[in-house]
Amino acid sequence: MEKRTDKNSYTILFAVLMVLVVGSILAYLATALKPKIDENKRFEKQQNILYAMGVNDNDEKSIAFIPTDKVEEMFTQYIKRQLIVQGDTAVDYKDAYLINIKKEASKAKEASYQRKLPLFVGEKDGEEFYIIPMRGKGLWDAIWGFVALDKNLVIKGVFFDHKGETPGLGANINQRFFMDDFSGEYIADGTTFKGVTVAKGNADPKNNDKTDYEVDAIAGATITGDGVSAMIKKDLKMYMPYLQTLKN
Amino acid sequence: MGLLSKKDTKLITDPLADNNPITIQVLGICSALAITAELEASIVMSIAVLFVLGVGNVVISLMRNIIPSKIRIIVQLIVVATLVIIVDLVLKAFAYELSKTLSVFVGLIITNCIIMGRFEAFALANGPWKSFLDGIGNSLGYAVILIIVGFFRELLGSGTLLGYQVLGDAIEKTGVYHYGYENNGFMLLAPMALITVGLIIWVQRSRNTELVED
Repeated sequence: MEKRTDKNSYTILFAVLMVLVVGSILAYLATALKPKIDENKRFEKQQNILYAMGVNDNDEKSIAFIPTDKVEEMFTQYIKRQLIVQGDTAVDYKDAYLINIKKEASKAKEASYQRKLPLFVGEKDGEEFYIIPMRGKGLWDAIWGFVALDKNLVIKGVFFDHKGETPGLGANINQRFFMDDFSGEYIADGTTFKGVTVAKGNADPKNNDKTDYEVDAIAGATITGDGVSAMIKKDLKMYMPYLQTLKN
Repeated sequence: MGLLSKKDTKLITDPLADNNPITIQVLGICSALAITAELEASIVMSIAVLFVLGVGNVVISLMRNIIPSKIRIIVQLIVVATLVIIVDLVLKAFAYELSKTLSVFVGLIITNCIIMGRFEAFALANGPWKSFLDGIGNSLGYAVILIIVGFFRELLGSGTLLGYQVLGDAIEKTGVYHYGYENNGFMLLAPMALITVGLIIWVQRSRNTELVED
């Protein structure tokens, strides 16, 4: 005799019920947790921006962000202005750090769209930092970061992160030994934009030469490294007209 | 043993050695290759699989009499995917840092053939308690191999363990690097993971010749 569970009608009924039950559980959870998740993402962004300008709890080797319960306060304390850059001018824009760069980049494919380029001006110990967000492609998925520059277009600090680079290889772009190398590098030769290249076969692995526009690559992570170089070149370049005006 | 009968104990200890999911059943190789360049990643992945396989086996086992056989594989997939998404959402809301470390693994857990394999081969035919033990046993067996491979790959490839430099500083030339030792970058690439797993299989089968197939 045919088993009850082999009948077509039972199979369909079971499938429908299962989808309904699982669907509602997931939908409920996703909606219920969304505010909390969004808040976490916002804090993370603030932490990253502050990290790039050197506001963090780092010691010798570690990476330590400002704790989430203090980050909002610190962010308003250190970030003096949030701007949108248009050509060689910039206008104030409330909560510019919440602008989704990914969406802006895809909207900008239409020629008529005026892309919003967020820029954050931080101040720490009397020194001014210009922090630029960027986003690019690694080997498997998206990579992004924040670069803090001073008036002379020298990098003061960076923060990089990634969605799914290979652990032990490309994933190391968010480690100190890689990020710290960028500090002090020039991004432009006079008025010519150069960017910073993540270079293999670099003759300067300890990175003593700060004007070669190069940092040492991570072995085994060529494509992620190239992605970082490309991201810096492409996204920083858009800010150049404005950054040039700061020098004077 | 008061808590576990002899049969139940075997469910946990068997997959650790003579019926190991990776070296004997040759399941879950893909994730064993992908994430073992670092010891920490191996450990995190092991814990994640332990949770999903333990809970998943119980859920499937409870449903085993009502799952229509024609669509059982899809039902199993839905159970794995749902569990993984729930874990991911909860972590994102309450342990954001941890969820970022885990993000790479979420996709890998769903596609881990050990999980589907145990659902299909064990949980569909056994009760919840036995299935739970089987899930724990198999994920521990998986964990043992992952951790061994991760240990050697990180040690020989980067000279570190859990991120701590144990062989000295490769750039400053301290520790063993002072004597001309170099990290073997090959260890960080996927082929060396396969070779390491191969070496473990070799050792295991030469110790227990019953495992050798003709």
